[in-house]
Amino acid sequence: MKINNIKLFAVAILASMTAFNCSNDDDNTTEPEGLNFTGTYVQEDQMGRPAINTVFVNDGMKDTFNTTIPSDMSAAFQSAFQTKLETLSPAYDPASPDDANALGFTAAQFTSVLATDVLTVSLDAPTTFFDGTNILTGRNLTDDVIDVELILIFGGEEGLTNPEFPGLTSDNVASNDKDFLTSFPYLASPW
Amino acid sequence: MKKTKILIATAVLGIATFVAIAADHIDAPAVQGGTSDITDFYAFRGEDQSNLVLVANVQGLLTPGATSSASFDENVLLEFNIDIDGDNVEDLVIQATPRDGKMYFFGPTAPSQTGLNSSIMSTSANAGIVDITNYGETAIIEEFGGMKFFAGPRDDPFFFDFNKYTEIIAGDASGFDNPGDDTFAGSNVLSVVVEVPKSMIGTSGTINTWVESKRKQ
Repeated sequence: MKINNIKLFAVAILASMTAFNCSNDDDNTTEPEGLNFTGTYVQEDQMGRPAINTVFVNDGMKDTFNTTIPSDMSAAFQSAFQTKLETLSPAYDPASPDDANALGFTAAQFTSVLATDVLTVSLDAPTTFFDGTNILTGRNLTDDVIDVELILIFGGEEGLTNPEFPGLTSDNVASNDKDFLTSFPYLASPW
Repeated sequence: MKKTKILIATAVLGIATFVAIAADHIDAPAVQGGTSDITDFYAFRGEDQSNLVLVANVQGLLTPGATSSASFDENVLLEFNIDIDGDNVEDLVIQATPRDGKMYFFGPTAPSQTGLNSSIMSTSANAGIVDITNYGETAIIEEFGGMKFFAGPRDDPFFFDFNKYTEIIAGDASGFDNPGDDTFAGSNVLSVVVEVPKSMIGTSGTINTWVESKRKQ
Protein backbone atom coordinates (compact mmCIF):
# COMPACT_ATOMS: atom_id res chain seq x y z
CA MET A 1 0.00 0.00 0.00
CA LYS A 2 2.69 2.39 1.03
CA ILE A 3 4.86 1.49 -1.94
CA ASN A 4 1.90 1.93 -4.24
CA ASN A 5 1.35 5.40 -2.88
CA ILE A 6 4.96 6.31 -3.48
CA LYS A 7 4.76 4.84 -6.99
CA LEU A 8 1.67 6.86 -7.72
CA PHE A 9 3.35 9.99 -6.47
CA ALA A 10 6.40 9.26 -8.62
CA VAL A 11 4.18 8.78 -11.65
CA ALA A 12 2.43 12.05 -10.89
CA ILE A 13 5.76 13.88 -10.63
CA LEU A 14 6.96 12.29 -13.87
CA ALA A 15 3.72 13.22 -15.58
CA SER A 16 3.96 16.82 -14.45
CA MET A 17 7.62 17.04 -15.49
CA THR A 18 6.77 15.56 -18.86
CA ALA A 19 3.91 18.00 -19.28
CA PHE A 20 6.26 20.84 -18.43
CA ASN A 21 8.82 19.68 -20.95
CA CYS A 22 6.26 19.45 -23.71
CA SER A 23 6.00 23.20 -24.10
CA ASN A 24 7.83 23.22 -27.41
CA ASP A 25 6.56 19.91 -28.62
CA ASP A 26 5.24 20.95 -31.98
CA ASP A 27 6.82 18.42 -34.27
CA ASN A 28 5.03 15.53 -35.92
CA THR A 29 1.62 16.81 -34.94
CA THR A 30 0.85 19.03 -37.93
CA GLU A 31 0.78 17.73 -41.45
CA PRO A 32 3.83 18.95 -43.38
CA GLU A 33 1.80 20.11 -46.42
CA GLY A 34 -0.76 22.17 -44.59
CA LEU A 35 -2.42 23.12 -41.38
CA ASN A 36 -4.16 20.43 -39.44
CA PHE A 37 -7.07 21.46 -37.27
CA THR A 38 -8.61 18.00 -37.03
CA GLY A 39 -8.95 15.84 -33.97
CA THR A 40 -10.56 15.97 -30.57
CA TYR A 41 -9.34 18.42 -27.95
CA VAL A 42 -9.99 17.38 -24.37
CA GLN A 43 -10.31 19.79 -21.47
CA GLU A 44 -7.47 20.33 -19.00
CA ASP A 45 -8.07 23.73 -17.35
CA GLN A 46 -10.89 26.25 -17.08
CA MET A 47 -11.61 29.51 -15.33
CA GLY A 48 -14.46 31.95 -14.90
CA ARG A 49 -13.96 34.16 -11.85
CA PRO A 50 -10.51 34.76 -10.37
CA ALA A 51 -9.08 32.52 -7.65
CA ILE A 52 -12.07 30.19 -7.26
CA ASN A 53 -10.23 26.91 -7.76
CA THR A 54 -7.28 28.17 -5.75
CA VAL A 55 -9.27 29.32 -2.73
CA PHE A 56 -12.36 27.13 -2.55
CA VAL A 57 -11.46 23.74 -3.99
CA ASN A 58 -9.77 21.26 -1.72
CA ASP A 59 -6.50 19.63 -2.72
CA GLY A 60 -7.26 16.41 -4.48
CA MET A 61 -10.30 17.90 -6.23
CA LYS A 62 -8.65 20.72 -8.18
CA ASP A 63 -8.20 18.72 -11.40
CA THR A 64 -11.76 17.46 -11.09
CA PHE A 65 -13.01 21.04 -10.74
CA ASN A 66 -11.14 22.00 -13.91
CA THR A 67 -12.85 19.21 -15.82
CA THR A 68 -16.40 19.64 -14.51
CA ILE A 69 -18.68 21.53 -16.91
CA PRO A 70 -20.15 24.69 -15.35
CA SER A 71 -23.73 23.41 -15.47
CA ASP A 72 -22.67 20.50 -13.23
CA MET A 73 -20.50 22.52 -10.84
CA SER A 74 -23.11 23.66 -8.33
CA ALA A 75 -24.34 20.15 -7.58
CA ALA A 76 -20.79 18.84 -7.36
CA PHE A 77 -19.12 21.62 -5.35
CA GLN A 78 -21.53 23.98 -3.51
CA SER A 79 -21.56 21.98 -0.29
CA ALA A 80 -17.77 21.62 -0.18
CA PHE A 81 -17.37 25.35 -0.96
CA GLN A 82 -19.62 26.23 1.97
CA THR A 83 -17.59 24.04 4.35
CA LYS A 84 -14.40 25.61 3.02
CA LEU A 85 -15.74 29.15 3.41
CA GLU A 86 -16.89 28.51 6.98
CA THR A 87 -13.52 26.97 7.80
CA LEU A 88 -11.61 29.80 6.16
CA SER A 89 -13.49 32.78 7.54
CA PRO A 90 -14.76 33.44 11.07
CA ALA A 91 -17.17 35.95 9.48
CA TYR A 92 -19.36 32.93 8.65
CA ASP A 93 -20.16 30.99 11.82
CA PRO A 94 -21.91 27.70 11.02
CA ALA A 95 -23.78 28.15 14.30
CA SER A 96 -25.18 31.44 12.94
CA PRO A 97 -26.45 30.57 9.46
CA ASP A 98 -27.71 34.15 9.04
CA ASP A 99 -24.11 35.45 8.97
CA ALA A 100 -23.77 37.27 5.67
CA ASN A 101 -21.39 39.37 3.59
CA ALA A 102 -21.66 42.88 2.17
CA LEU A 103 -23.90 41.61 -0.62
CA GLY A 104 -26.27 40.17 1.98
CA PHE A 105 -25.34 36.62 0.97
CA THR A 106 -25.13 33.91 3.63
CA ALA A 107 -22.45 31.22 3.33
CA ALA A 108 -24.96 28.99 1.54
CA GLN A 109 -26.08 31.74 -0.85
CA PHE A 110 -22.57 33.05 -1.56
CA THR A 111 -21.14 29.61 -2.30
CA SER A 112 -24.09 28.71 -4.49
CA VAL A 113 -23.06 31.66 -6.67
CA LEU A 114 -19.34 30.90 -6.54
CA ALA A 115 -19.56 27.17 -7.20
CA THR A 116 -20.68 27.76 -10.78
CA ASP A 117 -17.43 29.27 -11.97
CA VAL A 118 -18.54 31.52 -14.80
CA LEU A 119 -17.96 35.24 -15.20
CA THR A 120 -21.16 37.18 -15.77
CA VAL A 121 -20.74 40.01 -18.27
CA SER A 122 -23.21 42.79 -19.02
CA LEU A 123 -23.64 43.78 -22.64
CA ASP A 124 -25.20 47.09 -21.48
CA ALA A 125 -23.67 48.33 -18.22
CA PRO A 126 -20.05 49.32 -17.53
CA THR A 127 -18.03 46.13 -17.08
CA THR A 128 -16.43 45.63 -13.67
CA PHE A 129 -15.97 43.01 -10.98
CA PHE A 130 -17.21 45.62 -8.52
CA ASP A 131 -16.95 49.41 -8.74
CA GLY A 132 -19.16 50.46 -5.83
CA THR A 133 -22.27 50.44 -8.03
CA ASN A 134 -22.05 47.67 -10.60
CA ILE A 135 -21.48 44.15 -9.29
CA LEU A 136 -20.13 41.28 -11.38
CA THR A 137 -20.77 42.85 -14.77
CA GLY A 138 -17.41 41.65 -16.10
CA ARG A 139 -13.77 41.94 -15.13
CA ASN A 140 -11.52 44.84 -16.05
CA LEU A 141 -7.73 44.66 -16.02
CA THR A 142 -7.71 47.37 -13.34
CA ASP A 143 -10.26 45.72 -11.03
CA ASP A 144 -8.85 44.88 -7.61
CA VAL A 145 -10.60 41.51 -7.64
CA ILE A 146 -8.66 40.14 -4.69
CA ASP A 147 -9.82 42.94 -2.38
CA VAL A 148 -13.41 42.40 -3.52
CA GLU A 149 -13.15 38.69 -2.76
CA LEU A 150 -11.41 39.31 0.58
CA ILE A 151 -14.18 41.76 1.58
CA LEU A 152 -16.86 39.23 0.68
CA ILE A 153 -15.04 36.41 2.48
CA PHE A 154 -13.77 38.17 5.64
CA GLY A 155 -15.70 41.46 5.81
CA GLY A 156 -19.04 40.37 7.21
CA GLU A 157 -22.29 42.27 6.69
CA GLU A 158 -20.62 45.70 6.74
CA GLY A 159 -17.55 44.59 4.83
CA LEU A 160 -17.34 47.73 2.69
CA THR A 161 -17.42 50.27 5.50
CA ASN A 162 -16.81 48.46 8.78
CA PRO A 163 -15.26 45.05 8.11
CA GLU A 164 -15.27 42.41 10.81
CA PHE A 165 -11.63 41.48 10.15
CA PRO A 166 -10.05 44.64 8.70
CA GLY A 167 -6.55 43.14 8.53
CA LEU A 168 -7.86 40.50 6.13
CA THR A 169 -10.06 42.53 3.78
CA SER A 170 -7.32 44.14 1.68
CA ASP A 171 -3.90 42.94 0.61
CA ASN A 172 -2.95 46.60 0.14
CA VAL A 173 -1.88 46.02 -3.46
CA ALA A 174 -4.36 48.19 -5.34
CA SER A 175 -3.02 48.21 -8.86
CA ASN A 176 -0.79 46.49 -11.38
CA ASP A 177 2.96 47.07 -11.60
CA LYS A 178 2.62 48.47 -15.15
CA ASP A 179 0.03 50.83 -16.60
CA PHE A 180 -2.50 49.28 -18.96
CA LEU A 181 -3.09 50.63 -22.46
CA THR A 182 -6.23 52.52 -23.40
CA SER A 183 -6.32 50.72 -26.78
CA PHE A 184 -6.11 47.15 -28.02
CA PRO A 185 -4.44 44.89 -26.85
CA TYR A 186 -4.88 46.76 -23.52
CA LEU A 187 -2.36 44.63 -21.60
CA ALA A 188 1.06 46.19 -20.92
CA SER A 189 4.18 45.12 -22.79
CA PRO A 190 6.18 42.37 -21.08
CA TRP A 191 9.01 42.97 -18.62
CA MET B 1 3.73 2.75 9.20
CA LYS B 2 0.45 4.55 9.66
CA LYS B 3 2.28 7.55 11.02
CA THR B 4 4.66 7.57 8.04
CA LYS B 5 1.72 7.55 5.66
CA ILE B 6 0.17 10.48 7.42
CA LEU B 7 3.48 12.33 7.29
CA ILE B 8 3.80 11.69 3.57
CA ALA B 9 0.22 12.77 2.99
CA THR B 10 0.84 15.92 5.01
CA ALA B 11 3.98 16.69 3.05
CA VAL B 12 2.23 16.17 -0.26
CA LEU B 13 -0.71 18.31 0.82
CA GLY B 14 1.71 20.95 2.03
CA ILE B 15 3.47 21.07 -1.32
CA ALA B 16 0.18 21.14 -3.18
CA THR B 17 -1.11 24.00 -1.04
CA PHE B 18 2.10 25.91 -1.46
CA VAL B 19 2.10 25.77 -5.25
CA ALA B 20 -1.61 26.14 -5.93
CA ILE B 21 -1.76 29.87 -6.19
CA ALA B 22 -3.41 33.04 -7.28
CA ALA B 23 -6.03 33.94 -9.88
CA ASP B 24 -5.78 30.60 -11.62
CA HIS B 25 -2.00 30.38 -11.92
CA ILE B 26 -0.76 26.79 -11.39
CA ASP B 27 -4.10 25.98 -9.80
CA ALA B 28 -4.16 22.21 -10.12
CA PRO B 29 -1.68 19.32 -10.38
CA ALA B 30 -2.51 18.25 -13.94
CA VAL B 31 -1.85 21.64 -15.51
CA GLN B 32 0.56 23.55 -13.27
CA GLY B 33 3.67 24.73 -15.05
CA GLY B 34 2.45 23.30 -18.36
CA THR B 35 1.36 24.87 -21.62
CA SER B 36 -2.35 24.51 -20.90
CA ASP B 37 -2.24 26.26 -17.51
CA ILE B 38 -4.66 29.20 -17.61
CA THR B 39 -3.55 31.99 -15.30
CA ASP B 40 -6.32 34.50 -15.82
CA PHE B 41 -9.45 35.44 -17.69
CA TYR B 42 -10.85 38.93 -18.29
CA ALA B 43 -13.98 40.15 -20.08
CA PHE B 44 -14.63 43.87 -20.46
CA ARG B 45 -16.04 46.37 -22.92
CA GLY B 46 -13.55 47.83 -25.32
CA GLU B 47 -12.35 51.32 -26.08
CA ASP B 48 -15.25 51.22 -28.53
CA GLN B 49 -18.01 50.44 -26.05
CA SER B 50 -19.98 48.48 -28.62
CA ASN B 51 -17.22 45.86 -28.49
CA LEU B 52 -16.40 43.20 -25.91
CA VAL B 53 -12.79 42.25 -25.13
CA LEU B 54 -11.86 38.74 -24.00
CA VAL B 55 -8.42 37.94 -22.56
CA ALA B 56 -6.98 34.51 -21.78
CA ASN B 57 -3.56 34.31 -20.17
CA VAL B 58 -1.53 31.10 -19.90
CA GLN B 59 1.88 30.00 -18.64
CA GLY B 60 2.27 32.45 -15.76
CA LEU B 61 5.18 33.56 -13.62
CA LEU B 62 7.54 33.90 -16.59
CA THR B 63 10.66 35.83 -15.68
CA PRO B 64 11.88 38.27 -18.35
CA GLY B 65 14.71 35.82 -19.03
CA ALA B 66 12.31 32.92 -19.57
CA THR B 67 9.80 34.85 -21.68
CA SER B 68 11.59 34.80 -25.06
CA SER B 69 11.72 31.00 -25.06
CA ALA B 70 8.12 30.52 -23.89
CA SER B 71 5.70 29.58 -26.65
CA PHE B 72 2.10 28.64 -27.23
CA ASP B 73 1.57 24.90 -27.67
CA GLU B 74 0.19 23.75 -31.05
CA ASN B 75 -1.53 20.87 -29.28
CA VAL B 76 -3.48 23.21 -27.01
CA LEU B 77 -6.77 24.86 -27.94
CA LEU B 78 -7.88 27.90 -25.95
CA GLU B 79 -11.63 28.33 -26.02
CA PHE B 80 -13.69 31.29 -24.84
CA ASN B 81 -17.15 30.01 -23.93
CA ILE B 82 -20.23 32.21 -24.09
CA ASP B 83 -23.62 31.25 -22.65
CA ILE B 84 -26.32 33.65 -23.80
CA ASP B 85 -29.43 31.94 -22.37
CA GLY B 86 -28.42 31.48 -18.74
CA ASP B 87 -28.08 27.69 -18.54
CA ASN B 88 -24.27 27.73 -18.11
CA VAL B 89 -23.84 25.73 -21.31
CA GLU B 90 -21.89 27.40 -24.11
CA ASP B 91 -23.95 28.65 -27.05
CA LEU B 92 -20.98 30.29 -28.77
CA VAL B 93 -17.25 29.71 -28.67
CA ILE B 94 -14.24 31.66 -29.86
CA GLN B 95 -11.33 29.26 -30.34
CA ALA B 96 -7.63 30.11 -30.58
CA THR B 97 -4.81 27.74 -31.45
CA PRO B 98 -1.29 28.38 -32.83
CA ARG B 99 0.29 27.00 -36.01
CA ASP B 100 3.74 27.94 -37.35
CA GLY B 101 4.08 31.24 -35.51
CA LYS B 102 0.53 32.41 -36.14
CA MET B 103 -2.52 32.30 -33.86
CA TYR B 104 -5.68 31.13 -35.62
CA PHE B 105 -9.06 32.25 -34.31
CA PHE B 106 -12.43 30.67 -35.09
CA GLY B 107 -15.73 32.15 -33.91
CA PRO B 108 -17.89 33.42 -32.41
CA THR B 109 -19.68 30.34 -33.66
CA ALA B 110 -21.90 27.61 -32.26
CA PRO B 111 -19.68 24.64 -31.27
CA SER B 112 -20.28 21.26 -32.88
CA GLN B 113 -20.54 19.84 -29.37
CA THR B 114 -20.61 21.38 -25.89
CA GLY B 115 -18.67 20.21 -22.86
CA LEU B 116 -15.25 18.73 -22.24
CA ASN B 117 -14.39 17.65 -25.78
CA SER B 118 -14.08 20.06 -28.69
CA SER B 119 -13.46 20.03 -32.39
CA ILE B 120 -11.87 23.06 -33.99
CA MET B 121 -14.51 24.99 -35.93
CA SER B 122 -12.09 25.67 -38.78
CA THR B 123 -14.85 26.39 -41.31
CA SER B 124 -16.44 29.12 -39.17
CA ALA B 125 -17.44 32.21 -41.12
CA ASN B 126 -15.99 34.32 -38.30
CA ALA B 127 -12.24 33.81 -38.18
CA GLY B 128 -8.92 35.62 -38.00
CA ILE B 129 -5.18 35.08 -38.07
CA VAL B 130 -2.45 37.10 -36.37
CA ASP B 131 1.32 36.64 -36.27
CA ILE B 132 2.33 35.77 -32.72
CA THR B 133 4.27 38.74 -31.38
CA ASN B 134 7.80 37.79 -30.34
CA TYR B 135 9.28 38.92 -27.04
CA GLY B 136 10.67 42.43 -27.46
CA GLU B 137 8.61 43.22 -30.58
CA THR B 138 5.90 45.84 -30.83
CA ALA B 139 2.49 44.22 -30.44
CA ILE B 140 1.21 42.86 -33.78
CA ILE B 141 -2.53 43.44 -34.19
CA GLU B 142 -4.81 42.18 -36.94
CA GLU B 143 -8.37 43.19 -37.72
CA PHE B 144 -10.92 41.12 -39.64
CA GLY B 145 -14.66 41.60 -39.91
CA GLY B 146 -14.83 44.07 -37.04
CA MET B 147 -12.78 41.84 -34.73
CA LYS B 148 -9.25 42.47 -33.41
CA PHE B 149 -6.67 39.83 -32.56
CA PHE B 150 -3.42 39.63 -30.57
CA ALA B 151 -1.27 36.78 -29.25
CA GLY B 152 2.07 37.01 -27.49
CA PRO B 153 3.89 37.75 -24.23
CA ARG B 154 2.58 40.54 -21.99
CA ASP B 155 3.11 41.74 -18.45
CA ASP B 156 0.96 39.65 -16.09
CA PRO B 157 -1.91 42.04 -15.33
CA PHE B 158 -2.75 40.25 -12.08
CA PHE B 159 -1.74 41.81 -8.76
CA PHE B 160 -1.91 40.24 -5.31
CA ASP B 161 0.28 39.90 -2.23
CA PHE B 162 -0.03 36.16 -2.54
CA ASN B 163 2.96 35.42 -0.31
CA LYS B 164 1.35 37.21 2.63
CA TYR B 165 -1.97 35.45 1.96
CA THR B 166 -0.11 32.13 2.14
CA GLU B 167 1.40 33.10 5.49
CA ILE B 168 -2.02 34.07 6.82
CA ILE B 169 -3.60 30.80 5.69
CA ALA B 170 -0.68 28.89 7.23
CA GLY B 171 -1.20 30.72 10.52
CA ASP B 172 2.15 32.49 10.28
CA ALA B 173 0.70 36.01 9.95
CA SER B 174 -2.40 37.64 11.38
CA GLY B 175 -3.08 40.08 8.55
CA PHE B 176 -1.80 41.76 5.41
CA ASP B 177 1.07 44.26 5.38
CA ASN B 178 0.48 47.85 4.38
CA PRO B 179 1.74 48.49 1.79
CA GLY B 180 1.54 44.97 0.41
CA ASP B 181 4.00 43.36 -1.95
CA ASP B 182 2.72 42.31 -5.40
CA THR B 183 3.89 38.70 -5.86
CA PHE B 184 3.35 39.03 -9.63
CA ALA B 185 5.36 42.21 -10.14
CA GLY B 186 7.91 41.87 -12.90
CA SER B 187 6.51 38.61 -14.30
CA ASN B 188 5.03 37.88 -17.71
CA VAL B 189 2.35 35.64 -19.23
CA LEU B 190 1.41 34.53 -22.73
CA SER B 191 -1.75 36.41 -23.71
CA VAL B 192 -4.50 35.87 -26.23
CA VAL B 193 -6.67 38.95 -26.69
CA VAL B 194 -9.70 39.17 -28.95
CA GLU B 195 -12.11 42.09 -29.35
CA VAL B 196 -15.48 41.30 -30.82
CA PRO B 197 -18.52 43.46 -31.68
CA LYS B 198 -21.24 42.79 -29.11
CA SER B 199 -23.64 42.44 -32.07
CA MET B 200 -21.91 39.12 -32.89
CA ILE B 201 -22.87 37.82 -29.42
CA GLY B 202 -26.14 39.44 -28.43
CA THR B 203 -27.81 42.79 -28.23
CA SER B 204 -28.38 43.32 -24.52
CA GLY B 205 -28.61 41.63 -21.14
CA THR B 206 -26.11 39.47 -19.30
CA ILE B 207 -24.04 36.60 -20.62
CA ASN B 208 -21.98 33.98 -18.80
CA THR B 209 -18.39 33.53 -19.95
CA TRP B 210 -15.45 31.32 -19.10
CA VAL B 211 -12.27 30.11 -20.75
CA GLU B 212 -11.02 26.56 -21.24
CA SER B 213 -7.78 24.96 -22.37
CA LYS B 214 -8.03 21.67 -24.24
CA ARG B 215 -5.30 19.36 -25.47
CA LYS B 216 -5.29 17.35 -28.70
CA GLN B 217 -5.68 13.64 -28.06
